[in-house]
Amino acid sequence: MKGLYVHGVGAVSPAGWGVPALSAALARGEPLALEPLARPGWEKPLTVRPVPAPAARPAWQGHSRLRRASPISHYSVAAALEAVGVGRESAAGGAVRERLGVVVCVLSGSVNYTHRFYEETLRDPTTASPLLFPETVFNAPASHVAACLGTVGLNDTLVGDDGAFLAGLALAAHWLDTEQVEGCVVIGAEEMDWLVADAVRLFHRRLVHSAGAGAVYLRTDPPPGGGVSLERVTGAHTFAAGTSRAVAAGRMRTELPGSGVGELLCESRRGVRRLDAAEVAVWSDWRGARLAPRVVLGEGFNAASAWQCVAACEAMRGGRYAAANVSVVGLNQQALGARWVAGPGAERGGA
Amino acid sequence: MVWYPPPVRPRDPPRVVVTGVGLITALGIGWAANAQGFRVGRPAFRPVTLFDVSRQRARLAGEVDLPATAPPTRLNARHVRRIGRGGRLLLWAAAEAWRQSGWEGDTDLPMVLGTTGGGTSLGQDYYRQAVGRPTRGRGQASRVAHYQPQRQGQDLCDAFGCRGPVTLIANACASGANAIGHAWHLLRAGVAERALAGGYDELSQLVYSGFDALQALSPTRCRPFDAGRDGLALGEGAAVLALETLSGAQGRGAAILAELVGYGATTDVHHLTQPQPQGDAAYAAMRAACQCAGLAPGQVDYLNAHGTGTPLNDSAEAEAIQRWAGASVTRLRVSSTKAVIGHLLGAAGAVEAAVCVMVLREQWLPPQTTVERLDPRCRFSLVTEATSTQVEVALSNSFGFGGANATLAFRRWP
Repeated sequence: MKGLYVHGVGAVSPAGWGVPALSAALARGEPLALEPLARPGWEKPLTVRPVPAPAARPAWQGHSRLRRASPISHYSVAAALEAVGVGRESAAGGAVRERLGVVVCVLSGSVNYTHRFYEETLRDPTTASPLLFPETVFNAPASHVAACLGTVGLNDTLVGDDGAFLAGLALAAHWLDTEQVEGCVVIGAEEMDWLVADAVRLFHRRLVHSAGAGAVYLRTDPPPGGGVSLERVTGAHTFAAGTSRAVAAGRMRTELPGSGVGELLCESRRGVRRLDAAEVAVWSDWRGARLAPRVVLGEGFNAASAWQCVAACEAMRGGRYAAANVSVVGLNQQALGARWVAGPGAERGGA
Repeated sequence: MVWYPPPVRPRDPPRVVVTGVGLITALGIGWAANAQGFRVGRPAFRPVTLFDVSRQRARLAGEVDLPATAPPTRLNARHVRRIGRGGRLLLWAAAEAWRQSGWEGDTDLPMVLGTTGGGTSLGQDYYRQAVGRPTRGRGQASRVAHYQPQRQGQDLCDAFGCRGPVTLIANACASGANAIGHAWHLLRAGVAERALAGGYDELSQLVYSGFDALQALSPTRCRPFDAGRDGLALGEGAAVLALETLSGAQGRGAAILAELVGYGATTDVHHLTQPQPQGDAAYAAMRAACQCAGLAPGQVDYLNAHGTGTPLNDSAEAEAIQRWAGASVTRLRVSSTKAVIGHLLGAAGAVEAAVCVMVLREQWLPPQTTVERLDPRCRFSLVTEATSTQVEVALSNSFGFGGANATLAFRRWP
């Protein structure tokens, strides 16, 4: 088995465009301000944490593929390019010279365009825009990422609750381990829409919807200095067939080593007691540091799970921790965990 | 089952066989009804009744006669009532595959499923109520829970008493083939001994309108590879394959239906909805599937083409097939079963894989009876009449929006 090394991370979040903005917001630790989002038929708006507009128009937005693309595609491309490195962006002139895999993980996908297209269909299907429909497809962001990176390697879109991002890491690990790709960028992405924000409230009225993307670029060759490596991805423990959230979370916990000393736990805790109970219980023995990005940034589903991993990798790159466990107890499907280690220790993967 | 690191990889990847197949299409429920229809190429299109198409260019689709009841599983009636049309289609297919495989529950069993929409009709219902009667919350929580694709996978877990994991692949119209290919990889890597894999999609107003808006739907009839082809026909359905290692299947004395010997997947970045005209990615997918199966094109007897009936897809696919097959192209028998049941989107690759297993098991080729004049650019032999013949190896092509391309290769089990 080969080591799996992190060669780059990327993020778009309510804190802004880029990993530094994400890191700064998490370092402050204060929940970001809420913004109103109008909802048809209601006087009182929903409250959400959207992605702010970029300070300047990024060069990649000039790519022909992105002219009519949805926000989720823009977030995905931005995070992927940051993770892979903008110098290798084909849109900027240089094609990626490797078999680069792309895995995009989503829960709600391109809901903006879906809801607009369906609205047009209900009004008059003869005038529904043919430009919108293709962008509603779940794998449109993954296709745009591949086009912008200039890769024709393996490309999958996984749909699932917030655990899907970690399942995406495992898929990338499999591709890399079996040499089907030479590198793989794994992206978790979601976009903002009143329909989703409205639905999120059905899980709990205090849950705050947010959007964005996070990306991790993995390869089997170590980066200079060793960097951070992926040591483990637990099984995906499904909430089904009599397995409750608590039981699934417990199984995930037993598959992640470490008691926490000198390590970081990056949780999926949302600041909502009922939803957090299972995760809080299984990590009650953790003695190390903790970080809960969703409490600061909001419920961004697979984007939020990606932020957890990005934050964990960044914390280790900064030398603060020797290892980090990322715990995701998803909204309605599964519990998964991942363990990242600092230094050239990928060969410890089988431990 | 820890995903990573994987268990020690077997020196020789295990062979993977099919021990159960279930499907539901406009031809009917189950192997027998579908085999009967595919064998003679009987088109199963009818006017759409599920939603209003009076203002669309096209009016027909391969709509399924879906029973009000569900197949017998561990799900109770209350649970079944909450499952949308897409989930029910999946349940019918999975129940048949499960029964045929002879598997039992209470295990970790990977479920790898492909779909483009999951429970789209429930999502549409959610939207209409949220807009039309915004303050009425009744039923909305259930719709939110059950429209999501992962829910249909969890329903299968509940139905058969399995713990998953559930993986949903949404690579547009290649999803079903990618799901089967992904499961094949899991078994070959030693991650699991068995997996349930397939695809499903229901007809929905949103998607029907989408393809109509793109002017991709045929206003006449679906005729893949015909010189006068004018578009695709949509359909709905599901297919699920029970996959397991050869040693596992033989160890329990299971009946083996076919061997899954190869899988290739590639990406076409030419355009979001249009294939690269020379079909480079399709060619590469066929080549990759045959390479890992150790097959030369001349050893392939039958190819179930993606063959949507749109001018662009079929010409690019024909180019790719001819380039891949080389000198063998004139003996290669090709057909698209979309002429019979329509394009099932996320289910297409899985249903067409199931057709390949039928072909290998029963030794016939599914004809396209609607072809009037073969596109002169097609140099392969298009099957236009019911044919009984010897078939040792069958390939299935699936291509999708976004440039997802997948090919599966099956071999007859003696």
